[in-house]
Amino acid sequence: MIYLDNAATTMHKPPCVAEAVAKALTTLGNASRGAHDGALSSNRIIYRTRASLAAFFGCPRSEQVIFTNNSTEALNIAINGTIGSGDHVITTCLEHNSVLRPLYRLQAEQGVRLDFVDADPQGRVDYDQFERLIRPDTRAIVCTHASNLTGNVLDIGRIGQIAKEHSLLFIVDASQTAGSLPINMAEAGISILCFTGHKSMMGPQGTGGLCINGDIDVKPFKVGGTGVQSFLTTQPEEYPTRLEAGTLNGHGIAGLSAALVFITETGLEQIHAHEMRLARRFYEKVTAIPGIKVYGDFEAKIRCPIVTINIGELDSAIAADELGFSYGIAVRAGAHCAPLMHKALGTEEQGAVRFSFGYYNTKEECDAAAEAVAGIAEGTI
Amino acid sequence: MRKKEERLIVAFFSTHDAMAFEEYCLQCGAEGRLIPLPREISAGCGLAWSSPPEAETDVRKYLENTGIQAQHLKLLMV
Repeated sequence: MIYLDNAATTMHKPPCVAEAVAKALTTLGNASRGAHDGALSSNRIIYRTRASLAAFFGCPRSEQVIFTNNSTEALNIAINGTIGSGDHVITTCLEHNSVLRPLYRLQAEQGVRLDFVDADPQGRVDYDQFERLIRPDTRAIVCTHASNLTGNVLDIGRIGQIAKEHSLLFIVDASQTAGSLPINMAEAGISILCFTGHKSMMGPQGTGGLCINGDIDVKPFKVGGTGVQSFLTTQPEEYPTRLEAGTLNGHGIAGLSAALVFITETGLEQIHAHEMRLARRFYEKVTAIPGIKVYGDFEAKIRCPIVTINIGELDSAIAADELGFSYGIAVRAGAHCAPLMHKALGTEEQGAVRFSFGYYNTKEECDAAAEAVAGIAEGTI
Repeated sequence: MRKKEERLIVAFFSTHDAMAFEEYCLQCGAEGRLIPLPREISAGCGLAWSSPPEAETDVRKYLENTGIQAQHLKLLMV
């Protein structure tokens, strides 16, 4: 199989990740549940991974790196923990349902008011619209760093500056960019950064987290066992314990830690450059095929290694199935959990076929995918 | 059963602080280890740093160097 669905999850991980998970499975106890060697080994790997992630994302306090199972959980904690009745929130049409659904629920249940920064037919935003949408009751800007559908990247430094000037919380969904593009939340003025470990960070599924910058009061989304202050009837106040009720995924975090070492030693820029060379190569080839529509802004200097297309009017699900069944190429079709982005692109009915490139892909695989698209186009258009 | 002895016990506000303190102490070659929080300090659970009593000056210096706040620092028979 040629795996080109890295924006969903990176299936091929650095070998050190599997080795770290395998070792953890036989050596780690439960962190914060005891002071024996097994528990302390787990505590130590979790502590060091927090510190590494804080350095990686420019989070000033490592104890404010909170582990979750994925970005969705992190976003739920960030959004529900800081936004409530009486608040107005600005978000964008690029968002994934992991941002939209928590916001829609707050809108329905607590009367939170929402406004959306529009996307043009190429999926680009007008940054001045963020400023224009700010009202006296605006509490936060919640937005993605990059669209999971088009690969377009938002200028988080620019949005962060707007948020800072108006004393707004700035919550960023870095699902598509963490491990692919450099992020410094202190420099970009990000209040809370939500990330997943299993995409560009090349860690195991079931890992992710949020990084909280400074004195932000995030209410716990879940409460329960923490291994400390057992007779307290409420959740402990201190981060990270405050937001980490229940046993952490120590085995997965060990794998994420190994992945982080791999990224740091290989170089984030080198990894991204390789992926973008492949994406650009694929883009050049498919744009030369008659009847192929490509979505997104390919004039932008910075973007994610995603090329989303449609083949004439062919149903994206049928195109993806043909790519998988006849050519052995794994891609994602359909609506990609990004309903507003599809509306902006005009692909609500057809969906779109997303090719997303990873560090372990090769130019031969890229060329084979482009030839497969040409073959399907020849037979259907 | 190991005989009780006097130890300098440091309790922390969070497990994160306990782990940070352990890492620093180990880097400094300090004598000591993390133990379950003794009940004389708290009836809850958690971790505490246990050092020989004569290490008090060093332990206080390590706390100052790391900026970690001790919730309790006392001599106990453990």
